[in-house]
Amino acid sequence: MKRLLEWQIAAVKSIREETYRTKTLTLSLPSWTAHRPGQHYDVRLTAPDGYQAQRSYSIASEPERTGEIDLTVEQLSDGEVSSYLHDVLVPGDRIEVRGPIGGYFVWEASLGGPLLLVAGGSGVVPLMSMVRHRRAAGATVATHLLYSSRTPEDVIYADELHELQAAGDGLRVIQTFTRAQPPNWTGYARRIDAAMLSEVAAPLGRKAQAFICGPTLLVEAAADGLVEAGLAPERIKTERFGPSGGTA
Amino acid sequence: MEEPMDRVHENMLDGNAAAGILDEIFGGEMTASPTECEHCGREGELGSLLTFTQAPGLVLRCPACSEVMLRVVQTPDYTYLDVRGAVYLRLARR
Repeated sequence: MKRLLEWQIAAVKSIREETYRTKTLTLSLPSWTAHRPGQHYDVRLTAPDGYQAQRSYSIASEPERTGEIDLTVEQLSDGEVSSYLHDVLVPGDRIEVRGPIGGYFVWEASLGGPLLLVAGGSGVVPLMSMVRHRRAAGATVATHLLYSSRTPEDVIYADELHELQAAGDGLRVIQTFTRAQPPNWTGYARRIDAAMLSEVAAPLGRKAQAFICGPTLLVEAAADGLVEAGLAPERIKTERFGPSGGTA
Repeated sequence: MEEPMDRVHENMLDGNAAAGILDEIFGGEMTASPTECEHCGREGELGSLLTFTQAPGLVLRCPACSEVMLRVVQTPDYTYLDVRGAVYLRLARR
């Protein structure tokens, strides 16, 4: 399957507000290739004077949806690319993208499980592609998604996660809120730590494959915690979100 | 050159962040390919390396001993690649 990684012009089909800080861009691609859940696209913006800025954004959609992809983008206060994507871009616009990229932080139904997904903030995006793909492929592999958010307003895909879990096909979504919790909340209300990870991971056993995505410090804490919980380091894959946003 | 470790830490990404540029250089997906650290002998996928992008190039370090394994610098016309810290890279034949 040789394919050159080339830039193409995508059309913005629609833009959906997910939370006050995140938007999902649906892009139609003239040269669409099925991605592997967890992969990303590079987005490149070029100013009239030739100045270019490039960032990576994880694919949120499942590969079963053909011809288009969803990229969920968090607006960063000093993000020159994310600010453009949030404040300037409108449906019908065209932007330069290349992808899908990456082969390390990926999961497909054929890889089996059990699956332990750990997300911090917008780190849920590539994991959402895995969960959506899991559903679309009819996979029933035991999957726990531990998702840390600051407040209930920060939860991306809240309704859909609720529905996916309600389908009862082996997906459990466990949330923790670090700053403010919903009324009458009885779940976790702290940062992800070793005790929480061992509770969430234990039912899946030591054969679980773990994917952790989020800010660097959360990823470090979660990876260390999982090793402490008895998971082999080679079963733990991480994707750190950098200071420049997206995955790069 | 000493930076507080916390700052260094915050700016650290994974090999995934280098996936695009490595694909561009080698003409294919590289992050799932194994490599070996020249310094400590750790073997692992390129995607598991620590990646630093806040430099005039891209620096990939070993997650076990944190020594430099790969450096990539791009100018408008050329790509400079320093792989002294890696015993080998594996590329798919095509």
